[in-house]
Amino acid sequence: MSTYTQIFLTFAKIGSFTIGGGFAMVQMMEREVVDRKHWLDHEEFMDMLVVAQSTPGIFAIDMASHIGMKLKGTGGGIVGAIATALPSIVAILLIALFFQTFKENVYVEKVFMGVRPCVVALILAPCFGMAKKAKLNKFNWWIPVVAAVLISAFGVSPIWCILIAGIGGFLYGKLKQ
Amino acid sequence: MIFLELFYVFSKIGIFNFGGGYAMLSLIQDEVVNKHHWMTINEFTDIVAISQSTPGPIGINCATYTGYTAVIHAGYPTWAAVLGAVLASLSVIWLPFILMVCVSKYLIKHRDSKTVTSVFATLRPVIVGLIAAAAIMLMSKENFGDPSESPFVFIVSITIFLLAFVGTRLYKVHPIIMILLCGLAGLLIY
Repeated sequence: MSTYTQIFLTFAKIGSFTIGGGFAMVQMMEREVVDRKHWLDHEEFMDMLVVAQSTPGIFAIDMASHIGMKLKGTGGGIVGAIATALPSIVAILLIALFFQTFKENVYVEKVFMGVRPCVVALILAPCFGMAKKAKLNKFNWWIPVVAAVLISAFGVSPIWCILIAGIGGFLYGKLKQ
Repeated sequence: MIFLELFYVFSKIGIFNFGGGYAMLSLIQDEVVNKHHWMTINEFTDIVAISQSTPGPIGINCATYTGYTAVIHAGYPTWAAVLGAVLASLSVIWLPFILMVCVSKYLIKHRDSKTVTSVFATLRPVIVGLIAAAAIMLMSKENFGDPSESPFVFIVSITIFLLAFVGTRLYKVHPIIMILLCGLAGLLIY
């Protein structure tokens, strides 16, 4: 299989099974691109999460563009972005065309009552693995805790957390040199 | 010209979308319902519900559906609406994509520089917090059921949540399998 085909199939698969927004696909993307395909290592994957979160645009598409670009340049990036978006476009078009009453269907609602708590678990699960990979220790454990509290309890935008931490890291690095 | 307007509006929504799909919804609502009157607020709510329960990024789902509906409301036939849907979806993507290409090129080249290394060393712990916050904010009545109104749904939801967490964390069950299993559980239990 050519690299382009692999990029396309991998991201189309990720796009097809992302229900409930960008963070729900973090775990699946990590499994596919880091553990299975070894396209990136864990650290670079986390760095990309930060970049995708702090640049405009759709999170999953930003991730796909970068990974595609790393493998095959701009062409790979385009293939990754389109492959991630394609399943949604097709699914929504089918619904718009044929299933006007989709959301009123009782069976669909039942399935989603089961899927929703699962999606929350899928988002939370990679946190613990990432805590290890982010080299959390007794000096920096408070950083994720403060970030999580600011965002979820005080409604602070994640962009601010990233900006402040980025500036902090920059200054710390300068001081150390 | 509805197509040019769709292109312009969704390009704007794409480039001003910081902070994920849910933040994007308010932007889309403002443009599509309040400014351009392409649909009513009720239609918009329906679109959000459908976007949340279909695969794919919410922003793309919403753009596709809005593009389709807006063109239909402007009095065009179905094939034109399909074009409008694809156009709206691609409009959301293209500007952030160009920006991402520049950022990626820089990072791939300068990944080992001291400054980039120390900035990312501080940012990695933050992303752990960001993801935790996303999960905490989704632990809502809408997703888990109200414990006082529907205790049965609430208990089932908590059980599914715990099983899914343990399954994926300890037993490394693939997320796709986990979603399919939980969907099946919902269908059988409720």
